Amino acid sequence: MSEARTTPALRWALGEAAAGWLLAAPAATALFLLLLGPSLALIALSFTDWELGAPGLRWIGLDNYAELLDDRTFLTALRNTLVYVGVVMPISIALGLGIALLVEGGTRLRAAFRAIYFLPVVSLLVAMATAWQYLLHPTIGPVNRLLGMLGIAPINWLGSSDWVMTSLCAIGVWENIGYVVVLFMAGLTAIPSELHAAAEVDGARSPWARFRLVTWPLLGPTTLFVVTIIAIRCLRVFDTVAALTRGGPNNASEVLLHVMYKEGFSYFRIGYSAAITAVFLAVVLALMLLQNRLLDRRVHYA
Amino acid sequence: MRPGARPGLLADLPRLAVLSLGALVILAPYLWMLSASLKPGSEIFRDSLALLPERLYAVENYSKAFREVPLLRFLFNGAVVCGLILLLQLLFAVPCAYALAKLRWRGRETMFALVLGGLLIPAHVPALPLYAGLAAAGLLDTYAALVAPFVISVFGIFMFRQAFRALPDELIQAARIDGMGELGIVWRVVLPNAWPTATAFATFSVVAHWNDLFWPLVAVQSAELATPALGVLFFRAEEAGNDVGALMAASVVVTAPMVAFFLLAQRRFIQGVATAGLKG
Repeated sequence: MSEARTTPALRWALGEAAAGWLLAAPAATALFLLLLGPSLALIALSFTDWELGAPGLRWIGLDNYAELLDDRTFLTALRNTLVYVGVVMPISIALGLGIALLVEGGTRLRAAFRAIYFLPVVSLLVAMATAWQYLLHPTIGPVNRLLGMLGIAPINWLGSSDWVMTSLCAIGVWENIGYVVVLFMAGLTAIPSELHAAAEVDGARSPWARFRLVTWPLLGPTTLFVVTIIAIRCLRVFDTVAALTRGGPNNASEVLLHVMYKEGFSYFRIGYSAAITAVFLAVVLALMLLQNRLLDRRVHYA
Repeated sequence: MRPGARPGLLADLPRLAVLSLGALVILAPYLWMLSASLKPGSEIFRDSLALLPERLYAVENYSKAFREVPLLRFLFNGAVVCGLILLLQLLFAVPCAYALAKLRWRGRETMFALVLGGLLIPAHVPALPLYAGLAAAGLLDTYAALVAPFVISVFGIFMFRQAFRALPDELIQAARIDGMGELGIVWRVVLPNAWPTATAFATFSVVAHWNDLFWPLVAVQSAELATPALGVLFFRAEEAGNDVGALMAASVVVTAPMVAFFLLAQRRFIQGVATAGLKG
């Protein structure tokens, strides 16, 4: 293509098209082979009874999905996953927003606090889950010792079905809060400080009034973005379950991706596991669709 | 509370107190992990909340951790896998992003639509067919299996396309007049001019794959190929997994590199991971 400088415009247009194709071709091939193709294959597999190692597979229509409706483990996992999202997401967002407002509300130690709160996001979650397991250990864990000093009887945080989801949700909040803080801090810096001053002149005397009238509405788009990201991060909960509880005790902490992992990669029921994955994908897509709808509406107001 | 007006330390105290309390909760697992890794079992099991060990047992705990499982090997595998993934992601994504941003060709809009569609699909979705495919090809339990699914990063294509579009066309025209080929333009003109995007993407990619547990768990069985995340599970399965001090020592060792890296390059990290939040 180096001769392009001397050739007429038409030659260059042809060369440009060829260059475009050639440069995009490797990525396009890989995209089909590794992402789009397998994803379509997954949907197709969810309508079959394929098991890895079995000689053949049969098209069984919606049978896998029908089985899901009767599968108590799956239903528990679906419910637990939604509970996890419904608990971890609002708590992390509320706490994260509060922390972001406090961090941005002054100049001292801003960078230090941001770094500390963000630390769990970049830390190896399996390893930190192991640290949490020690913290929450029923007999030697510092958490129960602390509670013991307050006269509270030891709690079996990860080993009892009453407490295990609470514990996993707490770890989830710990893991996600820094993400929320960082995103809201970015959103807050984008709000011009004159607006707060103007609101104060107009009679919004208390910080709460200024937050309600200025900060919160202007944070709208950021909030929507944060909600989607954190919801999807929560839907993907897997590491802590795989490391700490393996869905136990008694399936009390089973979640979607862990059931999918067990069915597909431990029992090799590929077709059935594919149906679980399809449900997971449907939930993720529904969430993104919802966000898009809301975002469209917001943009018209702004 | 307006920026610019720096309040006195006294007025700032409530803010600092609340934030410090929260920070303490965030740091608690790190502190106790570190503390337990320095203590002998007898002190861990004693009923006390002391963080500092009475008798330093670090050498015993850490040497036991390194003896029981190949921790250095896990770290090495993590570095190799993350490095290979990042390199291949750039090789595939950067030329494509340039073609989408700066060249006119038929099919460009379709390709971009496919990239946007790909952004919606979590990495867990293609996992089962990929696993079956790798098993059929006899490639399970290899570095290739750990790396292959991630060589295409739709997020990378998207991010680089946005960055390249902002570059002036004159820059590219000038390089063409100098007789540079399109590939040369991609790597020697366009990419260096989008350096902040490149580093943000790199940190995002490395963090995501260093910490990923799901795919290594699926693709690899042998400890020689385990990444740090998988290595922790291997350690827990060993008998030494019941030795809290050694287990915490192992956790410290695998957590430390990314944390150190983060503390050194905080801004880039936060930029990369936070702005890239869409996909992971």
